[in-house]
Amino acid sequence: MRNYFKYAVVLFLVAAVLALGGISCSEETETAMEPYKVGAVFASSGFNQPLGETQKPTVEMLVKQINDAGGINGHPLEVIIYDTESDTSKCATLANKLIEDGVVAIIGPTSTGESMAIKPIANQAGVPLISCAAGSVIVEPVGNYTWVFTTPQLDYVAIERLYIYLQGQGITKIALLTDTAGFGKAGRTWLINSTMLDKYGLTIVADGDQTYGPSDVDMQAQLTKIKGTEAQAIVCWGTSPGPAIVARNMRTLGMDIPLLCSHGIAFKSFIDTAGTAGNGVIFCAGKLPIADQLPDTDPQKAVLEQYKADFEAWYGVGKTNTFGGHAYDSLMMVVDALKAVGPDKAKIRDYVENDIVNWPGTGGVFNMSPQDHNGLPRDAEQAMILVQIVDGKWTWLQD
Amino acid sequence: MSSAEFVQYLISGITSGSVYALVGLGFTIIYAVTRIINFAQGEFVMLGGLISFTLFHRGGLPIVPALILAILSAAAIGAAMYLLAIRPSKKASVVSLIIITIGAAIFIRGIAGQELTKEFVRLPSFSGEESISFLGAHVDPQALWIIGTMVVVTIILHLFLNYTMVGKALKACAINPVASSLVGINPKTMALIAFVLAAAIGGIGGVVLAPLTPISYQAGVMLGLKGFVAAAIGGFSSPVAAVAGGLLLGIVENFAVAINWGPFTSAYKDAIALVVLLLILIIRSGKLAEEERAG
Repeated sequence: MRNYFKYAVVLFLVAAVLALGGISCSEETETAMEPYKVGAVFASSGFNQPLGETQKPTVEMLVKQINDAGGINGHPLEVIIYDTESDTSKCATLANKLIEDGVVAIIGPTSTGESMAIKPIANQAGVPLISCAAGSVIVEPVGNYTWVFTTPQLDYVAIERLYIYLQGQGITKIALLTDTAGFGKAGRTWLINSTMLDKYGLTIVADGDQTYGPSDVDMQAQLTKIKGTEAQAIVCWGTSPGPAIVARNMRTLGMDIPLLCSHGIAFKSFIDTAGTAGNGVIFCAGKLPIADQLPDTDPQKAVLEQYKADFEAWYGVGKTNTFGGHAYDSLMMVVDALKAVGPDKAKIRDYVENDIVNWPGTGGVFNMSPQDHNGLPRDAEQAMILVQIVDGKWTWLQD
Repeated sequence: MSSAEFVQYLISGITSGSVYALVGLGFTIIYAVTRIINFAQGEFVMLGGLISFTLFHRGGLPIVPALILAILSAAAIGAAMYLLAIRPSKKASVVSLIIITIGAAIFIRGIAGQELTKEFVRLPSFSGEESISFLGAHVDPQALWIIGTMVVVTIILHLFLNYTMVGKALKACAINPVASSLVGINPKTMALIAFVLAAAIGGIGGVVLAPLTPISYQAGVMLGLKGFVAAAIGGFSSPVAAVAGGLLLGIVENFAVAINWGPFTSAYKDAIALVVLLLILIIRSGKLAEEERAG
């Protein structure tokens, strides 16, 4: 009797497993088409966390929106997102992992250093890489790296925007303070570019070319050096948290010359970190921070306002920043490509290169081409705006 | 270099040097009693900063209780680290124990990033943000807090080690563990006290540093390294030597930027600590070898 009972239990279990298996099988055939897999690497922690913070939630929000609306041509979108911890070698490992995961494209990473690390990996594997970092070294010249694109306004465009402002203010002597990590190092070569300096009548004063490490906690020594020069303004090129420390140290040292920074500080926690010392700091940025003040004729207005409204409902009021915008642009280019050509890596690459034309994104109106893997206008005044921090708030500085 | 600039570099150097000194003190105390180099020492500074920020901003505590609680929490974590990770590994060699401290450091860092915050945090300054003029240089009032705290901690530690029974027992244990256990001093209790003291001093460093400069969960790595160099300059021999080592390192780093010649530029500011460390290890290893031969 006990034996029969055992058999009965086993039979019941087998039947149950078969039944359940059968149910799940029939479910799959009914609804799901093969998901489209895209990979993403962002600095969700580590020193570049203030930049990467909004990128992951932006992608998660878009994935939900797209899948709620029925996916891409019926295929659900799946984005595998990894945290690089702002570490370039970790980013490289994760990029390889994404390629093994079988993604059709990679979006991100957040910073220039990380992008440079995975550029050869993506290129060799033949996976389109659409970076969210601003170093022009990533895509200029395109050369053999035909699989690599990037969506932010490039560093030299941003530098030119600041130099135009300085010239307008009648400033001729400047000092530099740059980060020794990827973005700062790449920016520095443009900041000291003599053609650029001559064009706007600027000179870098002697002893006015200083650098700092990305994990430095005190820049008073460098600033003391600059204080002893004739510099009329300081251009600080770096991401996080260096420029905030520079702003605080300048206040401590009683320096009241203007501090100009890159679009790498366009995140709200800069204001928290710098405190009241952040007031007066000027930086260049895309149009996202001033979306509501743009004229209706601006081709970007619709996409900017839509993204801002959606994201603030999703992640919190006042949380939008341009870095999330870069992730939006990168992912939506891949989504448009998937819609048009399906999950074929080479075709996605060709689509992004040739068919992202007159494409309004959050960073600007993109026109990609085989020679231009950024696609944004290089005219600094058209591409970027200036923002000044006034009473702890971003204010559009119209010069 | 004008005299005002000279004073400015010196004060910046003493400020960062004071932080290194506080970390170095922790290294020295634990090393003296247990011969362990505790590579989690920098993490206690990070914990002091992050925990006080969390209590103050999220917990809504007033600033003073938040700071005290943060220091106590750091001390408690120091005790937990000793009781859970070091003491159970009874028969492990000192080298294995040092490796355990590296593991503990990675563990503490990971938990802090997950449970506290991954952002850079900054506390409000203790006494305003208006800088003070001093001999033509400008000083952040918080820098004076840091320097003052370091001096007070060093004095209290000195008094504690030389004029209290527990302190003397610690010293005895450091000088000769076998003899001191023969006269009734329990080396395990002394080791626990050393870990708690070192963690509390680290925590104190964290709470006075957090208003001056943004701190993240990864801040302990660099601070630990600098504190280690400070303690190594002092030869791990006495708290006062560690303080001197910390101040020397801070001042050298800042004047290197001032020199701005050859390798002495701002880009290599952090590398200086490592070069100093290498030099010390080379010089000291020679001495150690001599001692061994003599012994």
